[in-house]
Amino acid sequence: MEQIIKFIQTYSLLRMLLAFCCLIGIIFANAIVMGYLERKIAARIQRRWGPMEVGLQGWLQMILDGVKILSKQLIVPKDANRFLFRLAPLLCFTPVAMVFVALPISRSLYGINLNIGLIYIIAMGSINVFSILIAGWSSNNKYSLFGAMRSVAQNIAYEVPILLSLLAVVLTTSTFDLQEIVKAQSGPIWFVLYPNLFVAFVIYLIAGCAETNRAPFDLPEAESELTAGYHTEYSGFAFGLFAIAEYGNLFIMASIATIMFLGGWNGPFGFLSGPVMGAIWFLSKVFILMLTMMWVRWTYPRVRFDQLMNLAWKYLIPFSLVNLLITALVVKII
Amino acid sequence: MATQTKFDTQDKHRFLLNMGPQHPATHGVLRVVLEMDGEYTMGIDPILGYGHRMQEKMGESKVWPGFYPNTGRMDYVGAMPFNHGYVALIERMAGVTVPERAEYIRVITSELNRISSHLLGIGAYVLDLGAFTPILYAFDDREDILDALEDITGSRLTYCYYRAGGVSKDIDDTFIRRTRAFIENFRTRIPMYNDLVTNNIIFIKRTKDVGIITADMARRYGATGPVLRGSGIAYDIRKSEPYSVYSQFDFDIPTGENGDSLDRYNVRIHEMEQSLRIIEQALDKLPDGPVYEKPKKVKLQPGDCSFSVETARGALTYYLVGDGSETPYKLKIRVPSFSNLSLLREMCEGMLIADLVSAMGSLDLVIPEIDR
Amino acid sequence: MSGYFSEIYTGGKSLLIGLGVTFRAFIKPVVTVQYPREKIDVSPNIRGHIELIKCNDIEAKHDCRVCGMCAKNCPCNCIVVEGEKQEGVKGKVLTVFTVDFTKCSLCGLCVETCSRSALRFSNEYELAGFTREEFHFDLIKRLEEK
Repeated sequence: MEQIIKFIQTYSLLRMLLAFCCLIGIIFANAIVMGYLERKIAARIQRRWGPMEVGLQGWLQMILDGVKILSKQLIVPKDANRFLFRLAPLLCFTPVAMVFVALPISRSLYGINLNIGLIYIIAMGSINVFSILIAGWSSNNKYSLFGAMRSVAQNIAYEVPILLSLLAVVLTTSTFDLQEIVKAQSGPIWFVLYPNLFVAFVIYLIAGCAETNRAPFDLPEAESELTAGYHTEYSGFAFGLFAIAEYGNLFIMASIATIMFLGGWNGPFGFLSGPVMGAIWFLSKVFILMLTMMWVRWTYPRVRFDQLMNLAWKYLIPFSLVNLLITALVVKII
Repeated sequence: MATQTKFDTQDKHRFLLNMGPQHPATHGVLRVVLEMDGEYTMGIDPILGYGHRMQEKMGESKVWPGFYPNTGRMDYVGAMPFNHGYVALIERMAGVTVPERAEYIRVITSELNRISSHLLGIGAYVLDLGAFTPILYAFDDREDILDALEDITGSRLTYCYYRAGGVSKDIDDTFIRRTRAFIENFRTRIPMYNDLVTNNIIFIKRTKDVGIITADMARRYGATGPVLRGSGIAYDIRKSEPYSVYSQFDFDIPTGENGDSLDRYNVRIHEMEQSLRIIEQALDKLPDGPVYEKPKKVKLQPGDCSFSVETARGALTYYLVGDGSETPYKLKIRVPSFSNLSLLREMCEGMLIADLVSAMGSLDLVIPEIDR
Repeated sequence: MSGYFSEIYTGGKSLLIGLGVTFRAFIKPVVTVQYPREKIDVSPNIRGHIELIKCNDIEAKHDCRVCGMCAKNCPCNCIVVEGEKQEGVKGKVLTVFTVDFTKCSLCGLCVETCSRSALRFSNEYELAGFTREEFHFDLIKRLEEK
């Protein structure tokens, strides 16, 4: 055993490979668990059973669906741009994997610790827009193009409130290092309990919903208007990659909220914050946030495009700017 | 594709978008060709006929009772009033009297059917706006109605229950108990719909001032039903030319003010409450007696006759010309959704595609009824 | 400006109420059943395809006298009734009674016009098959099988 550990430690390339495999495994497992939970929660909200047939309470259903998706052919439309059409799902999936590297799941469980971790994650997160635009454009389908156009406008508009609300935390801690930000919350009070940062938290959650294209902001894939939006023409595993990346993005968005506002891997009142318990705290907070977003998704109708933009420019951005100003004053005075 | 359309697409910024016949927002096989400028619809061309089944010709090729099952197949969501119109037409033409109990049963079942149709219409409308959950709650409530109606009519959707001269089966205590329980239960459910949908800010934003139909426009196109009443005209055949025993009940005609999608939605919600009132009164007054007096061999006299009823979607008129035989010489059916659909072009010009879906959903179209 | 803040307040409140509604539904029991495993009792009055009524408990005997009214009244022409004269029996004896269920629209006119009340609706609703011929029911055979 020791020999194996030593072997791995000496060969850093092997270590990276191993970490990479774990990472992909986590992303896939996340998609399976989230897909299952989404279907179950939607079912219970609608007073149905949801998947029940495969395995106990239908827990194997998502794996079965994954196998089904894998076994299907990727049909490229006749007039599509074949190269870009195939590139888009990969471009959607890769940034998700790259962001997962920098997430501090626990005190000692992380891929890499960057002192500009937050900037890195947000930069990687914006690549998602490209993939949706490429997917929509290359499909050569008018509905897909609508979805892509909507998505680009939406993502650009909502990056602003996300950045501004996260900047409030950065002002308070004066660091971009995610580990440092979590450590700053190791006391009894997490950032979400500060009034000004609570406002930032709410703004972040709303904008994060829009950034990950979740209902009520799921305009790029508004199925009653655009059939399926940007992935109308995708089938087989390319479609599966989009779905996996969607849940991956959701996980990233929830974990940033956890790190920045909810104390990351800290237990309540600094309770049981060891490396293992830390990971459990972190994951449970992330999952609670994601379940809340599912709850929201299955409750509300979808907003219209101009209302979406109004919400960003008339409500979220002014509020986050004022909030940032107040935070700056508070930091200066204290 | 563009052969059927009359749009000028010389402008290179404009393009055609084919919505349907399998688009999720068209609820069936309606095809709408849109001329788009970005996300704005500049021209709308609904194309009908994908579900054409020659219902009128079928009526002209069979003896008159043979058309009973067809009436329920036109508007499969609210089949009872379609049954009602046809049998009442034959009764008027042949001078058949109907026992009073049968008339009460017709009113009760028609109103139950109206509620179930409105529930589905509202649920599907909110589904068009992107909320999945309300339609399943609506299905839950609708199930009570369908179970009760199944018990007396034998079918759940395409009823063939009314006969010229009465109804085919008497209602029993189980049905009355079930209906009363449903009324009680549904009165508590309406506030739930208001909390979940009607008062929701996103829903209001999506529907208010979207798809405005002025009273003048509604008159010009011959719109009827909740679409017309949403525009503020209190026209309801149950009040204006009461058929059956509707004149004996006390109920209101809800109307809207602006004629937008929200008003049409609200009219449907309030109509369900009024239907509950009618059912309650009818159950209280329900007389005893026979429910079906089979008429002697009915020949359709030479001459014409028409009969209008209020379906869940508006005024339905059957027009029949007889030639002395048992087979109608001519049968014309004026369906409400056809007139309501023709509003689409004027209503939706220059709209966002998301608003088009919202406005079209608020018309509560049933496509097989339009195509017949 | 006051409209701006009041809209945020009323809007936010309506959204929270909506969440409350779905949460209450979430903790309430499920209303659907897992269909092939559990079944809801169907009403005895549902209209399946028609069948001949057994008038005698011991043998498969029906009351049909081959008047042909059901076939004549059927708007879909899906009923075929044939009979033949037999010695020692008054009237005709039923030899063929088939229903093409693919054409039937379940209006019930045949059951109503049957002067001897020999027909009724069956309660079978789980009907599925691979060919059309599976829905050409031979009612005499079905009566004998019972």
